[in-house]
This record gives sequence, C-alpha cells and structure tokens, in this order.
Amino acid sequence: MSVKLALSDDILMNIEKPARYIGNEINCVIKDKEKTDIRFAMCFPDVYEIGMSHIGIQILYDMLNKYDDVWCERVYSPWVDLDKIMRERDIKLFALESQDPVKDFDFLGLTLQYEMCYTNILQVLDLSGIPLLSKDRAEDDPIVIGGGPCSYNPEPIADFFDIFYIGEGETKYRELLDIYKEHKKNKTSRYDFLVEAAKLGGMYVPCLYETDYNEDGTIKEFKALRDDIPLKIYKEIVTDLENADYPVKPVVPFIRCTQDRAVVEIQRGCIRGCRFCQAGQLYRPVRERNVDDLKKKAMQILANTGHEEVSLSSLSSSDFSKIEELTDFLIEECSRKYINISLPSLRIDNYSLETFGKVQDVHKSSLTFAPEAGSQRMRNVINKGLTEDDIIGGASMAFERGWSKVKLYFMLGLPGETEEDIKEIGVLCDKIARAYFDLVPKEKRIGGPVQITASTSFFIPKPFTAFQWASMNTKDDFLNKAYITRTSILAQLNQKRIKYNWHEADVSVLEGVFARGDRRLAPAILEAYKRGCIYDAWGEYYKNDVWMKVFEDLGIDVDFYTTRERGLDEIFPWDFISCGVDKEWLKKEWLKSKEGIVTENCKKKCSGCGAFRYKTGICMEHVPKEA
Amino acid sequence: MKVRIKFAKDGVMKYIGHLDIMRYFQKCMRKADVDIAYSSGFSPHQIMSFASPLGVGVESNGEYFDIELNSGNAKSVMDSLNAVMVDGMRILSVTKLPDGVKNAMASIAAARYTVIMKEGFEQENTDDSKVDDFLKREHINIIKQTKKNEIEFDLRPHIYEFSYDKNAYKMLIDASSSGNIKPLSVIEEYARFCGKEITPTKYQIIREEFYTYDDNNEFVPLEALGEDF
Repeated sequence: MSVKLALSDDILMNIEKPARYIGNEINCVIKDKEKTDIRFAMCFPDVYEIGMSHIGIQILYDMLNKYDDVWCERVYSPWVDLDKIMRERDIKLFALESQDPVKDFDFLGLTLQYEMCYTNILQVLDLSGIPLLSKDRAEDDPIVIGGGPCSYNPEPIADFFDIFYIGEGETKYRELLDIYKEHKKNKTSRYDFLVEAAKLGGMYVPCLYETDYNEDGTIKEFKALRDDIPLKIYKEIVTDLENADYPVKPVVPFIRCTQDRAVVEIQRGCIRGCRFCQAGQLYRPVRERNVDDLKKKAMQILANTGHEEVSLSSLSSSDFSKIEELTDFLIEECSRKYINISLPSLRIDNYSLETFGKVQDVHKSSLTFAPEAGSQRMRNVINKGLTEDDIIGGASMAFERGWSKVKLYFMLGLPGETEEDIKEIGVLCDKIARAYFDLVPKEKRIGGPVQITASTSFFIPKPFTAFQWASMNTKDDFLNKAYITRTSILAQLNQKRIKYNWHEADVSVLEGVFARGDRRLAPAILEAYKRGCIYDAWGEYYKNDVWMKVFEDLGIDVDFYTTRERGLDEIFPWDFISCGVDKEWLKKEWLKSKEGIVTENCKKKCSGCGAFRYKTGICMEHVPKEA
Repeated sequence: MKVRIKFAKDGVMKYIGHLDIMRYFQKCMRKADVDIAYSSGFSPHQIMSFASPLGVGVESNGEYFDIELNSGNAKSVMDSLNAVMVDGMRILSVTKLPDGVKNAMASIAAARYTVIMKEGFEQENTDDSKVDDFLKREHINIIKQTKKNEIEFDLRPHIYEFSYDKNAYKMLIDASSSGNIKPLSVIEEYARFCGKEITPTKYQIIREEFYTYDDNNEFVPLEALGEDF
C-alpha cells in the first residue's frame, strides 16, 4: 500500500533530492489514522539531511509511536527550491509518513537545536498555514510546542509558540497527551488546555506570563498572569537513564545524511564544568546508560537498520566509566561483520591510541585536541582541564605510533582574553610541530611531515553558563583577533606546517543577540522572515545586511544584547527557568573565572551546583563536597 | 558463488537515484543477514555490481545486480530480502550464475520498455496507424547531441520491436554499451513521423526487462542464464 504523495510528479522531478519529501524510509512508522487519537508532527526546522541526523527526534519518534493512541510523523524544512514552488502554488506543508497537511495535526513539535534556525520555524508555520503568532491561532490549529537546548531561553521566540517543553522529552509527554485527549473529549478551549499544560511542570506557556522592563532596558519583573501556574519552571530529566528506552529501529534515510550511521547514546551530561559550555550545564547531572544494555542495543540497531557504521554519542565520551569495555566489544563484534566504528574524540592516552590504531589508518587519520584557548592562564579562566603537558604528551605518543596530523580547536573572544593569550595559540601549534621533528626521524615520516590544523570559532556567551554575564566581542574585535592569531602562527618557526581556519563573524553576532535575547526580539525575527530571511544557518543564504537593517528599523540595539557586561544582580530573560544548576553557583563560577581559579570536575569533588535536586547520576555517588 | 538478483522499483521509489539505491541494497544485505562476500583490503565492501543505472523518475520491473554469495539458497535469499524491502521495491528472482557467465552489465544486449502518459496528462499523439510505415523505413536518422558537437545517428538498426496501442508504447531496443538508445528518442521520432511534437516530461517510462544473447544468438532475459540453487 503506497501513500499518495503531497507533491506532484512534475514538482518532484524538478527539485533537488526529491527523496527528502517522499517518506517511505526503512523503519518509518505507518499507522491507521482513523485508529489514533492524536497526530503529532515532529519537526526539525532545517533541511532533511540535517534533521534526520538528530537522535533526539529519533528518541521521541520511537517513544510517541509506541503509544497506540498516537501517530508521530516527521517534518523538515523544505529546501529553498521547493519553498519557492510551495509559495507560488500555495501547497501546504505536509508530514512525510502520511503526506497529510501539518495543519490537520493535533501537535506540531519543533526541536530548537541552534539559534540560527529561528526564521525556519516561521517558514514551517507559514508553509503549514498555521498563524505565526500564538495569539492568532484558532481552536483547531495544531498546538505548537518547542523543545531542545534553545528552549532554555525561549523568550526571543516566545510569541511563536504555545508551549515550550523544558528538558528531556521522555518524562512528561504521556501526561501532556492525556490532558490533551481529555480536552479534546470535553471540547474545552485551547486556552483552558494551555493552562492545564502549564500546571504540569516542565511546561512553559508563554501567553500566561508577562515581562516588565526598567528604563535602561533590563528586566524589572517577570510575572505570571494567573496565580495557579508556577513562576519557576524546572527542567525535566530522566532520572533512571540506566533503564531508559532507546530506539532500536531508527528511521534509515535513502539519501546520504550528515550522520549516516547507527548512533548509540552512552550517557547524558558532562562532569566537566567548562565555563563557556551550555550543554555541560543543561544536561547535568551526568548519567550513564547501562553498558550491557548498550552492547545489546548497538547490535539490535545495526541488525534493524543495516548501517555499515556505528558511533557513540555523548559529551566527553572518555568520562563514560565503561568506555573501554564498550569500544572493545564493538571493535570485536563489528570487525566480524564488516561494520566500521566511528570513535568519539577520546582523551589521548595509551588506550585510545591503541584503539584508534585498530580502526583507522594512522597515517591518514588525524588526532583532535580542543584546548579552546592558547594559554594556560586562559584555560584556567574557562575551566578547561587540559594542560600543555596533556597536549604535547598526547601528541608525542601519537607521533611515535605513526600519526602525523593534528587538529586543534580554539575559541577567540573569551572573557578577559589578552593579546598575549591569543598569541599563545601559534606558540602551542609550533611546540607540537617541534615535538614531531624531535621525535620522528626523517626515514619514519611516512605520512609526510607533520600537519597541524588550528581552527578558531568566536565565543558567544550563553544562558546557564558562568559566562552568561560576560561581554561578547564585536565583529571587529573578532576579526582583529583572528588576524592576531594568523600573525602569531606565521611568526612561528614551523609556520609552514600549520594551517589556520577561522569562522565568519557576522553570524556569530546574530547568534549572540538571540542567545541572550528577550521577548522584544520576536518582532525583529518576524520582520526579517518577511523580508526573505530563511536558512540563516547556511552561509550562502544568510543575509546579514537584511538583519542589521531590521534591527535598525525596529530600534533594536544589538550591543545591548551582545557586548554589554551584565550586572551581578540583573534579572535575565531566562531566570524563570531552572536547568537544575543554581544562578548563585554560576555567579560564583563567574567570579572564580575572573581570578583564574579552576573548579574540579564532578568526579573529583562536588562543587554543589544544585543538580543534586534531581537525585540521580553522579550526584548520588560518594564524592567529597566542596567546602 | 555468483548470484544474480532481479528486482522491481516503482511507486515513490522512482525518485530515489541510482547511488542511493546501491546504498539501500547494501543496507538490505546486512539487514536481511544475507551472507554476501566482501572484498579484501583496508575498507572491505560488498561484492555487488549493478547491470545498469535507472534514471530518477523511471520505474522498472526488470532491474538486475550480481553479488558474490558465500552461503545460502535462492529461496532463503529471496525471502529474507523481500522481508526487508520498503514499498516500491520487490525482489523478483534470485538465481545462481554458472561459471563463465559475464557480469550483468557486460551481458546487456537489449531492454524492453513500456512508455505511458503520466497521470493527469492527455495523450499527445493518438495515431497508431503509422507504426508499420515507421518501422519499414530503412534509416531513421536523428541528430544526437554529444559533448562536443551534434552528429547524425541512425536509430533504425537499434529498434528491435516497436508498437503503439492507444495508451502505451512498447518497444524492445538496443541497450548494449556500444549502441544503446533512449526510449524517448524513439517516441519523439515516431511522433515527428506522425507530424506531432511531444513533451518528454509528460511520459512515464517503465523498464520491463533486460536481455542478453543466448547460445543461439536469441534474446533471453538476464535471469534466464541463472539457475535455482
């Protein structure tokens, strides 16, 4: 039984990659829509190949489709070629499985993985024929619900959503859907449903809250418009990840996607409190999955998908306590079945080098380090527990085993950074090159002499990090710093062995505005969309001049959101959300960073961040507490 | 052992290109647990070769690829593959090739096609009376666009059978590496012969079968060379 496609043959034959729009992939779920109560459209607002690579959606798709009364389908942003045709011919956006219009669904869920997808949210709503603003939606429009990392500061896009689900999706959807079913049965109003949802916990319903501002533009008060809904919304997390479900029949795309492999999530959270890293705070406390279960699931996923490659997913995979047991198992099992293993970037030591050596050609593959900053002083400021000895020592060990390619990742624009700190990037790269020439005699330089690639990205302060108070650099600062980096590399003895890459600065500024933005930005996002901005995450479609003109026309001061260092007592737009980590603890971290004082990781010492309130993971292990 | 697999591809699957179909089958081999042989070397790959790529938009009832199989029998390979097929893909036959049989790509001599109007389009040329006259011509010269220039090319020797009955064109044409022609070229020429112009994008091409020569120099389907196992 084949479904009737939403797009005509004529359209499909005239667009790039029609496979993006036809569904029918291995393991996609088809249900009888007459026999399901709730239809859920799950959307990643970017192109298919990006969206299909996201495991969060696969987890929720699997979970929701295990409910008999729900049919969850997938939706992605139509690429620009189809976008144009859909507007010209007034074709409504559809879900892949049934090819039915999204507008007929009960829910439209959008995962918010990066700020630069905001105009694509409007694209998806617009092409679906759903009013862009929550307040304009009718009773029969789908409930638009957002989730994912950007929902931790949902304010810039609050006007476009009915609900934000704060935290991990596994915990509260069942209850939310039950409330919805009740509402559908009793024909209560959309507003009444949203009020009930707001009481559930983990749910932020923007239309039920309001913000007052001070004269200087900062927030005076964030208040609830009713007294029966919570003023603080705590993130939801899975407290028993050991026994949590994981999809063993993920959808397998026909076309090559960013992640064209079986992905196994081994843990959530991170013990390392890098002060720039938002994910490291949002997913606290670190929780591991059960290693025996992971082995079983990995083999099931491979059997159910036919993938020829498997990879492990987590933050800082080396910290997973059973990483050696798991990788050894996979190498053994997979080599028998001609399946490749894509190893995560493990800490460089004897074990990891030996393991890498088993699955990659050492002469071709490269070694990756993320020192993030060039100087030790700066690495202490950002609490990156990686020393020069770790890097040079690790690289030397690898050189002795035949490696000759090294990749290094740095950030520019970190709080308190000086010209000296930046120049250390070149010095560090040169030291690695020197180590190579000292260690590897000419006749053993098989892969050609050492090749070092240094890449820098621009630092953007994010909510729920120690640097949420920090001033972000301007575009000119960024470019100047990239120039200093380049000059410092060119000044090195081995500069010919070092390649330097840096990012565009324009888009970083916009990301900085949204990351710490407030509700007053929604009209600008709407206006930029109306002036043709979509796919801002794609360099070739990013229209910086349009964005800057919109901010100017709407009287929005970019510097207020980016370069301004926040006062310690300022109320942030996201303060009503708790990711478990206390603001007071983050403030302490911010002050410690200014002194260059490091904080130990969760395994060594508990620093009392507040994540203990979830009573799970590392927080339940006996580690000494910080005084 | 060398095994030939015949499959059909239609419905929404016609929008999946050749490279993705190859990747799809590689996944299906693993998913169905077919004991396919792998090449040796640092990155082993499945030993699998396709007869001919099928263009995006074209449907087929007669596509082929050959694999090297370590163990198994025809029925189990066919059943286990069919159990993992998506809508629009079907395995039609699995046969073992005797030693010395050329691979699928090298064996191709001719292909049979059906060409119909796509849904929603009206028939552009309804004249079925000129088929015999069309085929009686000694030469059917067309202008063929090559990379560098245009050359005159005679279609006639490459058309083995051709018929037109109200709604469908049917033809058996040369598909060998040296002389293959496109089904739409034949239809365009036939329409021109009838004094009509056609719009190629309105036509749905369905490849029905690939043929090779048997010992008596007769056309036989590619699967006929194989045997059950």
